[in-house]
Amino acid sequence: MIPATFDYHSPQTLEDALALLQGHPDDAKVLSGGQSLLPLLKLRLGAAGHLIDIGRIPGLEYVKEEGGVLKIGGRTRESALEHSDLIQTKYPLLAQTAAVIADPLVRNLATVGGNLAHGDPANDHPATMLALRAEVVATGPNGTRTIPIDQFFLGLFSTALAPDEILTEIRIPVPPARSGGSYVKLERKVGDFATAASAVQLTLGAGGEVASVGIGLTNAGPTPLRAADAEQYLTGKQPSADVIAEAARRASAIATPSADRRGAIEYKRQMARVLTGRALKQAIEWAKEH
Amino acid sequence: MEPRTSAAICGMGHSMKRKEDPRFIRGQGHYVDDIKLPGMLHMDIVRSPYAHAKILAIHTEKALAIPGVLAVITGETLKGFNLHWMPTLMSDTQMVLPVEKVMYQAQEVAAVIATDRYIAADGVEAVEVEYEPLPVVVDPKKALEPGAPVLRTDKAGKTDNHIWHWETGDRAATERAFAEADVTVKQDMYIPRIHVASIETCGCVADFNKTDTHLTVYMTTQAPHAIRTVFALVAGHVGLSEEKIRVISPDLGGGFGGKVPVYPGYVIAVAASVVIGKPIKWVEDRMENLQADSFARDYHMTAELAAKKDGTMTALRIKTLADHGYADAAANPSKFPAGLFSICTGSYDIKTAFTEMDAAYTNKPPGGVAYRCSFRVTEAVHAIERVTDVLAAELKMDPAELRFKNFIQADKFPYKSALGWEYDSGNYKAALEKAMERIGYAELRREQAEKRAKGELMGIGICSFTEIVGAGPSKDFDILGIKMFDSAEIRIHPTGKAIARFGTKSQGQGHETTYAQIVAEELGIPAAHIQVEEGDTDTAPYGLGTYASRSTPTAGAAAAVAARKIRDKAKKIAAYLLEVSEDDLEWEPGKFSVKGAPQKSKTIQELAFAAYTNHPPGMEAGLEAVDYYDPPNLTFPFGSYICVVDIDRGTGEVKVRRFLAIDDCGNIINPMIVDGQIHGGLSMGLAPALFEEISYDESGNISGGSFMDYLVPTAMETPNWETGKTVTPCPHHPLGAKGVGESATVGAPPAIVNAVVDALSHLGVRHIEIPMTPEKVWNILREKGVAE
Repeated sequence: MIPATFDYHSPQTLEDALALLQGHPDDAKVLSGGQSLLPLLKLRLGAAGHLIDIGRIPGLEYVKEEGGVLKIGGRTRESALEHSDLIQTKYPLLAQTAAVIADPLVRNLATVGGNLAHGDPANDHPATMLALRAEVVATGPNGTRTIPIDQFFLGLFSTALAPDEILTEIRIPVPPARSGGSYVKLERKVGDFATAASAVQLTLGAGGEVASVGIGLTNAGPTPLRAADAEQYLTGKQPSADVIAEAARRASAIATPSADRRGAIEYKRQMARVLTGRALKQAIEWAKEH
Repeated sequence: MEPRTSAAICGMGHSMKRKEDPRFIRGQGHYVDDIKLPGMLHMDIVRSPYAHAKILAIHTEKALAIPGVLAVITGETLKGFNLHWMPTLMSDTQMVLPVEKVMYQAQEVAAVIATDRYIAADGVEAVEVEYEPLPVVVDPKKALEPGAPVLRTDKAGKTDNHIWHWETGDRAATERAFAEADVTVKQDMYIPRIHVASIETCGCVADFNKTDTHLTVYMTTQAPHAIRTVFALVAGHVGLSEEKIRVISPDLGGGFGGKVPVYPGYVIAVAASVVIGKPIKWVEDRMENLQADSFARDYHMTAELAAKKDGTMTALRIKTLADHGYADAAANPSKFPAGLFSICTGSYDIKTAFTEMDAAYTNKPPGGVAYRCSFRVTEAVHAIERVTDVLAAELKMDPAELRFKNFIQADKFPYKSALGWEYDSGNYKAALEKAMERIGYAELRREQAEKRAKGELMGIGICSFTEIVGAGPSKDFDILGIKMFDSAEIRIHPTGKAIARFGTKSQGQGHETTYAQIVAEELGIPAAHIQVEEGDTDTAPYGLGTYASRSTPTAGAAAAVAARKIRDKAKKIAAYLLEVSEDDLEWEPGKFSVKGAPQKSKTIQELAFAAYTNHPPGMEAGLEAVDYYDPPNLTFPFGSYICVVDIDRGTGEVKVRRFLAIDDCGNIINPMIVDGQIHGGLSMGLAPALFEEISYDESGNISGGSFMDYLVPTAMETPNWETGKTVTPCPHHPLGAKGVGESATVGAPPAIVNAVVDALSHLGVRHIEIPMTPEKVWNILREKGVAE
């Protein structure tokens, strides 16, 4: 478990980091928390001639609300998200997601931006950000651009980030009153990728009906999946047990997981259904209480 | 039992804090990988991607071209020294490095020696090997079918993959008993291949000095003396001679049986050091450790019980098939190819029994080691405790009631079992009664009935196991012909402090503390004043090492006997100093005094000083003793465990709500350490029950070969263990103690399986194979129509 040789760069500014990326167009990787990248290198499943460590660049770690938007700095550590009062009191979906990513040691280093930019559908934040209808801010040589989350994940380990761009911020609309969220993950043990997991963010209307809802599925296909059919079905309906069950069924119908030691395809699909049902119930409970 | 000694002396029964812990807790332990010698080189190993393939060519040019790569060692290199094959402990052979073909995925193919660990890894990447894949045999049952590819083509005249057949008990009487029985049950079970996964992987630093031709090997081994002898026997022809070999086993980060075997990496490192004349370090990475080191279990079993209508068991019959991989590299005593599996009649008075075992070669790593279990006892206990529950279900009896009906009664000890063992002592009824009372068994059964009515799944599982540990008596037990005694050497210094050395080797068991407490118990010298050393063959007395819960039964007994020899000499000195006859003296921990005149006394410290300054005329100076202890019998610890589980009908997850372990290991030396042993053992029993498994696809590709998929449970998956004890002293051990390190590993899995099966028994479920993963349980829930 010893990586092949690489050059390590530690730029002090974003501009320097971007210049280094441009200087090594085919052979550089951005090192953020390193919790996905370094294992790949150590196992020699991946190689990079140049690692550009953004760890010393100031101003990339923050969690704050501004102008109706929750802004999360790209290099914000998972542990910071997990222990943020703002997140715990107002963003249960984010808090619950951060709490089940890997283990506490990993969360002390792993970053929210890295979790997304790695493009792994088995990571937990991608589905969460789909449910939250987030936007991703990418910074490149020509400045910044904003990418809607639905256009961000292109395929397995492939995202809309250009090779010379760095993910610098995640933006999430501040939820209105009577909103709730939940992330329910089935894992074989702490630290494992999800066998299946479901992220739900919803807002209840004045009459208790589902006014809006986002549902994302983890590890259910080559990219994180938005359960659009289930979202449409739920919108405007009273969330009775039968309605929740049908929504969960519709969510699981889009899952195209692959079989591995976590389970067969059918088991994983059924788990997407069971977990979506549980996440919906918990999100509704939260929304009613807040 | 109240301690006999004061807290200052800290003999048996005191929960003395472990003397070794300050260095471990502070990260100041000294492990093999901490050793750095001047001029030391590093070794890394090229491994096979194929499970069975012919080696056509090994190209080393690119590797040798890397600056810092000094040598690439292949099977051909070793063949020049006739070191390409080596014997296993079970009279089989295994490759050090292959010349013709590889036999399992991750097998060693070549070794790169470099000036730096990183360069060695680059060298491994650069070695190119051409293979021609051969047909792969993964399933041991298929391996024994006619026409299966013969794997061990190296063995002249070998025409199949069968290794050995072994049987014990009375076949004819067992068949009769089954024919006459009111009820019979039969259950197939498979105990999958698992791995000890100790925190520290295996490795060594081999240091051959060309000037004086001494070889020092710092090595992760549980049995340093036996290893020294093996090196002398295997490599005598290249000039290694036992008096010039020193094996040092420094601090070990867990062993659990996985550090008993001699792995090819050790031998290659030694050979490389002998040839190059420099120290060579080799330390496995985690995946090498999981993929190539000896596995455990991998046992296919069919267990049958015959009984009367009232539940009285009349006969037991078990057939097993062991998958040994491509070589039988188990570490059993020589006369026991299937280990001590014949303890399988368990805690029950079964008059008639018969077992037959076979072993097969497959394209998998060789093994199997006794993973925290005294040689196949885990498998035996799983078989009897599971099939007992199957019988209870068949008879519609409560599993506790069936156990009480069949327990060997306390007044029947020593008890001769149908398969030939003489159980030393036991009180099985007391242990199960205590467990049931403490956990509230009757109340749990009521709760279960209520939950079932609501469609909720809850189960209660019992395991009342009997272990067999402490190998062993020399008439039956040897490894490579060396009898399985163990040893202690105690020297008392003039100031009354002591050093005690042993032939065993702690891997975390706490020997530095427990052995000191034994000596303190016998001599009254404070345990804090007794330095315990193990693991250096130049200084420690010869012994066969630590595994199979044998340290307390053998070396611990040796410590007591050696200390008593010292006490006898101290008594003579006391009589001389006090001018009385020895018969006029009485002993209390720490001093001899004159009967009727307690003010006339000599402390052990005073007597130690006198042994060097004022010893009786005609007596040798000094105060020391050695004992090589040959145990008269094995010890038979036992216990009753009760597990309560809830099953998630949506996901199939099993949640262990409560787990209570009542253990009996005879007299206890350090209650805190015993409790720690039980906690660790229970966690290692939970692991295979719910999580761990190494499996192979049809091409022999390993799955579960990294910690991504080999699921060692963490604190998050581990329930709160509840423990308790009964004390039934061992009648033949000098301290009345039995081994305990493995009881919980052995006892926990069937308790958990019995609980899960119990939760589903009303649906007709009689057995579930381990590991009981969420998916496996969910599939049963769905089949039975109760999945959410």
